[in-house]
This record gives sequence, C-alpha cells and structure tokens, in this order.
Amino acid sequence: MQITHESQENQLILHYVGELDHHEARKAMDYAESLAVLYPVERYVLDLSGLTFMDSSGLAVALNLYRTLQRTGRRMVICGCPPQPLRVFQAAGIPKIIPFEEDVKC
Amino acid sequence: MLTVLNQMSMKLESRSVNEGFARQAVAAFLAQLDPTMDELNDIKTVVSEAVTNAIVHGYRDRLGYINVSVRLLEGRTVEIKVRDQGCGIADVAQARQPMFTTGDDTRSGMGFTIMESFTDRLRVRSSPGHGTLVTLTRTLSARRGAQA
Repeated sequence: MQITHESQENQLILHYVGELDHHEARKAMDYAESLAVLYPVERYVLDLSGLTFMDSSGLAVALNLYRTLQRTGRRMVICGCPPQPLRVFQAAGIPKIIPFEEDVKC
Repeated sequence: MLTVLNQMSMKLESRSVNEGFARQAVAAFLAQLDPTMDELNDIKTVVSEAVTNAIVHGYRDRLGYINVSVRLLEGRTVEIKVRDQGCGIADVAQARQPMFTTGDDTRSGMGFTIMESFTDRLRVRSSPGHGTLVTLTRTLSARRGAQA
C-alpha cells in the first residue's frame, strides 16, 4: 500500500492507494499519527478512493487517527470511499462517528 | 447433507504477508461460480479477518500453520474453514462481542462482527492450547448460466 499526503492551507489530505489489511496496518497507523503531530491543521481528510481492499484493520487505522485528532480539537472526514471498504465501515457503524463525503475534492 | 461439488485446501505459514494471498486464492477458486463483485468482496473480507485472527491471536507468540479450505456445495453454497493449531480462545462468546480484542492498537475488535455480517453462518470452535476452527458459510445469489 502507498500513502502520500498533501498539505493545504487549513487541511491535510492523506491518499491511500492499494490494500489496507493487518499486514499494512502498523505502517498506515504510524504514518497518520506522525502527520497528526507534524501538521497542526484543523481538518484531516482521508482520501480512500485508491483503496482496492480494506478489512477491519482499516477501522483501527481510521479510529485511532480520529481519536488522536479529537483529543486536540480537530476534525476528520473520509472521502471517496469505494464500495468494499464502505461495507466494512458500515458493518462497524463507523459512519455514525466519522463523517463520510463522496467527493475527494472536499 | 449438501453434495460437495468441488473443493480445495491450502496450508500457509502464519505470516501477515500471506493474508493477501489467502483472500486472493479463495477468490480465484470461487471464480467458477461467477459470483457478483459484492459477493466476492464480502468473501475476501471474511477470509482476511479469519486468517488475520489466526496470525494475530492463534499464533501470537510463534509461527505456525494455517489451513484454509473451501468447499463448493450444491445450491451455490460456499463453505470456508480456517483452522489453526494455536493458543485457542478461552471464551468464544466474549471474543465474538463487538469491540472486544486482546490485540494491540492495530486491532479494532470488529473482526467477528464483520464475519457475521458478511456471511449467512459463522461457527467458531476453539480449544485453549489446541487451536481454533472458524467455519464461514455463504450462499451466493443465482446467476444465469452459472454452474451449480
């Protein structure tokens, strides 16, 4: 899996490309957590439009970053989530906690 | 008993790099049933969850073997078994509760919840010290021109 980030004026966008499972979870989590320290912007956007597969490991990655940002009064949204990861998020009730937006250019 | 129309099994080392291989291999075997994209994705997801559990929990302290077997039964029913000879689960009912995990912060505790949501039936048999057998059953929708 490839993760890249893009810093904008008041938000940071993380682009995830490939398969996010337990094998990739630690790398994905550490990457997001270190960005949360480096970029004190108010809004984080997880662009999942490039994900080709995600299992419950992705839930842990998203929820951990969400909690880290919440502790410092910041927001997070998930954008462009493909159908397969979306079903996993929905089965876990995550859209009730983290906002989902269709457009990647949110 | 439903008639077995075809079956396969594979034996993997409990390395996390094999999670992707396990779900892809099961998906490739199921291609003969011409499943929908959603059905195939659901099955890949549950295989990933079951194999990850065996790696993270069953063999938490050591490397071991995981057996993944798939049987295609009459009526487009798919039965997948994921078996390890790892540490086992002392309290299966507790392990199946949403958000329950004995893993680290990379685990959400939602693996069994997802396996339950994406299959018709989930059976977990476990014996502490001897291992765990997870059986996942899902009947695929009827497809014109598809086998079985």
